[in-house]
Amino acid sequence: MSTHFTHEFDTPAYKGKVSFPTGLFIDGKFVDGSDKTTIDVINPTNGKVITKIAEATAKDVDIAVEAAQRAFDTTWGLNASGATRSRLMTKLWEFMERDQKILAALEALDNGKTFQWALDVDIAFSTDTIRYYSGWADKIHGQVMETDDKKLTYSRHEPIGVVGQIIPWNFPLLMWTWKIGPALATGNTVVLKPSEFTPLTAIYMCSLIQEAGFPPGVVNIVTGYGHTVGNAISSHMKIEKVAFTGSTLVGRKIMENAAKSNLKNVTLELGGKSPNIIFNDADLEQAVNWSLHGIFWNHGQACCAGSRIFVQSGIYDKFLAKFTEKTKGLKVGDPFATDSYQGPQVSQQQYDRIMSYIDSGKEEGATVHVGGERVGNEGYFIQPTIFTNTEPHMKIVQEEIFGPVGVVIKFEDEDDVVHQANDTMYGLASAVFSQDINKALTVAHRLRAGTAWVNCANTLNASVPFGGYKQSGIGRELGEYALHNYTSVKAVHVNLGIKM
Amino acid sequence: MAQPVSVRIPALNKDISLPTGLFINNEFVPSVDSSETLECINPSNEEVIARVVAASPKDIDRAVAAARHAFNTTWGKNCNGFQRSRLMNKLADLIERDAQELAELETLNNGKPVKVARDFDIGDSIQCIRYYAGWADKITGQTIEIEGTVKTAFTRHEPIGVCGQIIPWNYPINMMSWKIAPALATGCVIVLKPSEITPLSALKIAELVVEAGFPPGVVNIVPSLGPVGGAALAAHPDVDKVAFTGSTVTGRKIMEAAAKSNLKKVSLELGGKSPQLIFESADLDQAANWAALGICYNSGQDCTAGSRVYVQDSVYDKFMEILVSKVKATSFGDGFDDAVAGGPVVSKTQYDRVWSYIESGKAEGAKLVLGGEKRPGKGFFVDPTIFAEIRPDMKIVKEEIFGPVLSVGRFKTEEEGIKIANETTYGLGAGLHSNDASQCMRVSALLEAGSVWVNQYNLLSNNVPFGGKKQSGIGRELGSYALEEYTSVKAVHWNIGEKLEWPL
Repeated sequence: MSTHFTHEFDTPAYKGKVSFPTGLFIDGKFVDGSDKTTIDVINPTNGKVITKIAEATAKDVDIAVEAAQRAFDTTWGLNASGATRSRLMTKLWEFMERDQKILAALEALDNGKTFQWALDVDIAFSTDTIRYYSGWADKIHGQVMETDDKKLTYSRHEPIGVVGQIIPWNFPLLMWTWKIGPALATGNTVVLKPSEFTPLTAIYMCSLIQEAGFPPGVVNIVTGYGHTVGNAISSHMKIEKVAFTGSTLVGRKIMENAAKSNLKNVTLELGGKSPNIIFNDADLEQAVNWSLHGIFWNHGQACCAGSRIFVQSGIYDKFLAKFTEKTKGLKVGDPFATDSYQGPQVSQQQYDRIMSYIDSGKEEGATVHVGGERVGNEGYFIQPTIFTNTEPHMKIVQEEIFGPVGVVIKFEDEDDVVHQANDTMYGLASAVFSQDINKALTVAHRLRAGTAWVNCANTLNASVPFGGYKQSGIGRELGEYALHNYTSVKAVHVNLGIKM
Repeated sequence: MAQPVSVRIPALNKDISLPTGLFINNEFVPSVDSSETLECINPSNEEVIARVVAASPKDIDRAVAAARHAFNTTWGKNCNGFQRSRLMNKLADLIERDAQELAELETLNNGKPVKVARDFDIGDSIQCIRYYAGWADKITGQTIEIEGTVKTAFTRHEPIGVCGQIIPWNYPINMMSWKIAPALATGCVIVLKPSEITPLSALKIAELVVEAGFPPGVVNIVPSLGPVGGAALAAHPDVDKVAFTGSTVTGRKIMEAAAKSNLKKVSLELGGKSPQLIFESADLDQAANWAALGICYNSGQDCTAGSRVYVQDSVYDKFMEILVSKVKATSFGDGFDDAVAGGPVVSKTQYDRVWSYIESGKAEGAKLVLGGEKRPGKGFFVDPTIFAEIRPDMKIVKEEIFGPVLSVGRFKTEEEGIKIANETTYGLGAGLHSNDASQCMRVSALLEAGSVWVNQYNLLSNNVPFGGKKQSGIGRELGSYALEEYTSVKAVHWNIGEKLEWPL
């Protein structure tokens, strides 16, 4: 099949033509899947097929792993110096920057987020992530430890080998870079499965991988379904590490597969039901603005979304009024219209899920304060929605909705809200709003979450770690911390004169 | 003055344009109060290449003020690591683009062969800047637990501020990159004084600093005589840190001036009289190659030149034979001649210095095994010279010559070898050649040098630290260690809930 995807963008936000090869990307080449089957790529604004792409099977995963192992043994791993790896990664981010508008347009087309958000946040942050990790490639240091003078003892931080990576559809390119960046920097070779819902930018990146000059087999992309390709990767006997971002439900499967196969190393970045706590002494305007960003950014399709908004009783009414007004002002529309804030949700499946949570909220007796309805009658558009008058046991309060649906909860007491905030199996992120910095810090330090935002929300940096407590995940991404996920420590003891 | 001039490269039949002013605030400017110039000589033919403006103490003041202003407004804490990283990568890309031209200018001014300048000096410099660009957004402090709800503490690794950087003439571009890269990565601003003998390539690179987009005042380049510009920087009350590479004699002066002025931070990378030990189990052919490299590379003008080689008795005759034949095969000539391995020494002063050491070697009774004869004609060429049957008290054994003059001695036991190797006030580099792994471990542990090479010599990497023990220096360059020289640690103690009673 080895086709090209060609598309003409003629929209207010972006005009341009794009054409690039598609297929599985194995051993440096674009190829068909072994079964010659395809996956439909759907446009979420109208449910129509944009294009078909090759589908990988478990057999293709085997082929990819073989290619990745070969590359690791010959042209990559410790056969390529850190400086070499750094140089190639630098070229990659420079090409990403060159093609940023194309990437943004593809992301918007495939995922439904607006072109402007894709350009300003997704693509910019993705480029920064590769650039950040390119700088680590020649700085993977072990240690020398003093024991006694008859022995030299040191550690080496070696690459693991072939790593499997499975990424979601909410930030397709960004998640690609969060995974590939640290893996390549530390000398691993990669077999990565993008989400079957949003493969386009991952496939485009393969052309840039070729252009940058990475040896064949270093990066392999196998587009396919979770239950086939994802399963094959997490169960593979020759993959020694799997990294997954997605739902907690699937995360368990991944870890189970790893345990049952070869006890491969596992890192997981899963769901969340992150609390956003607003005290009476918060800067009201700012708290409202950040809270909107906290729940409605990316159409609520963010693992760290601040979906439970706790507002202290003293400012509850004022906060709710402003929050409601601004929520109503968010424009839902075509991703390529210049005035859209929010596009469609990513798929029919997600749309149905979110609408069923909204229904359950109504059924369980919560109040739909704003929104709650579909927008338009084609595609997967949902109004930004707020529930009030909830009870802690309700599904919309307990479970991750992954859509533009927030619950606003009144509280009085600091200890009580900390308790409520922590009363979840999740622990991904949290936010605290207060002008009393001591109170803000004390509360932030008490929240059981991998990220605590103080007077802000949903703001991340490539140099700062990100990950979950409890069932939100295992391990940390970003920052120097991510390097630990992709290195194996070997301790070397050299005898300088101890006789047995 | 301060207008660009056209510099002719006869060997390649082309002209290079060269700025000649002081580079301050992204502009090339004349001196405020002096008409002094620096005359740059081509050491291969002793002809004048160009004259550039020599900075006066008032010009240094101006440069420091420009740097300080940039530090307070556009650089320092006003920019983030991501931004610094991008600019540094851009600079590296531009140097790469212009590598051939810069190499030719370097050869003209310093004498080293063009392909060495391009592929090694400049190649390494580009990598150095890229390496540190990668550090720029990774300058992290620590958070430290004190007492949970009462207090927390953390450290910030802040840029030191205005850094005076004084670099030598042996690797002009490479020494410039070693200095500016870690300083820029950490957010410091720079007043760099290239050597008065070889300022040309630094001025040319200044054009690229502008093209890369650095804000004015972040990098300032002020060629000047050591006792004028160098002294002014070392004593300047508004310079926060001085970094110097050069002779130990001058290093002392820098440190003294720093102590007497504002106790500015000092890092020094000074001389060496680095030994190599050839043990009986060594691969003698390989060891001879490394020994030849050690003394011939850059015509011996290297702070870690392996200028003393000690050979274990049992293999002495055999090794000497191989070594002499290797060194004999090394030809020095005009740097634009592709066939040569090395060039002239950099100046008349150096030429006279090196020759006076050769004469002293003869006078003190060392055995001249190779070289030792002046060439007729123009150019400061010193052919590789080997002395044997040395005694520890000889000047050629104790003092740094900085030319292609090797002293070869012998030792019996491992202990004796280590002892003679360490018998020096210097401690920059050392090498050992042996196929006995345990011996390698023992000896490398005991050699008193900042860099110890096992079965190799002189090859460095940007990610491995470099610097001297004893009187070879203070501080380390390269690797993550260099970052410490350009950051200042601030501890922040943050009270969350502790109330103080008064009186206590």
